[in-house]
Amino acid sequence: MKVAELITQLSLTAFTGKAGLDREIEGGYVSDLLSDVMGHSQAGQIWITLQTHKNVIAIASLKDLSAVILVKGNTPGEEALAQAIEEGIPILGTQMDTFEIAGRIYNLLRQPS
Amino acid sequence: MHFRYKIEGGDFTNAGSTASAVKKVLKQLNIDPVIIKRTVVGIYEAEVNIVAHAYNGVIDVDIDENRIFARFEDAGPGIPDITKAMEEGYSTASEIVREMGFGAGMGLSNIKNNSDKLEIISQVGKGTTVEITNYFNSK
Repeated sequence: MKVAELITQLSLTAFTGKAGLDREIEGGYVSDLLSDVMGHSQAGQIWITLQTHKNVIAIASLKDLSAVILVKGNTPGEEALAQAIEEGIPILGTQMDTFEIAGRIYNLLRQPS
Repeated sequence: MHFRYKIEGGDFTNAGSTASAVKKVLKQLNIDPVIIKRTVVGIYEAEVNIVAHAYNGVIDVDIDENRIFARFEDAGPGIPDITKAMEEGYSTASEIVREMGFGAGMGLSNIKNNSDKLEIISQVGKGTTVEITNYFNSK
């Protein structure tokens, strides 16, 4: 599923505008520990977290993640936002908590298209 | 090919820039993506360790046709017990660093799991040197 489609399906906020909307989401990873994501996430996954600082984007870029979703109404820091737009990595937002958004995305990704 | 990067302790804004630069070079050299991924994890973690724990440091990266070698030499507090530091979950990171999601005690084990060769030499009160080698042909 493309990032743009996920935004529509789950009414997500796209903080980064049009950046990276055609990236393909191949799975997801949920963690707020940066080294956990560094060590165990896989390329193409969407990262669900409550961390909002610039290092999140550095990791998303290094690991070739498809996008980052900030939960519970969190918004990205200014530097994170600028870096994400420059690297073409979408930062998305939702009011949902981690459990709920992860469940929704899990179900969507497992639906036969 | 040789590169040198300077790292300032506490400068989280630029943490990851060495890993990012090395990733670009390895991609240009058409290195196996699996090896690039492993190398990037190790370099990122070692770089963050300098930012999180040391006063400053120098990273030397050397690439030839067989391998990439990276040496992280810092001036910092040093590691009193390296075996303990290698244990997953053990961390001496500050509260502020932990709130950012760092300091989970996984950095060194990430480096170990993603390098072919790892050497750590540390002197308490002086600093730590970490050396990572990854070979391009795993033959």
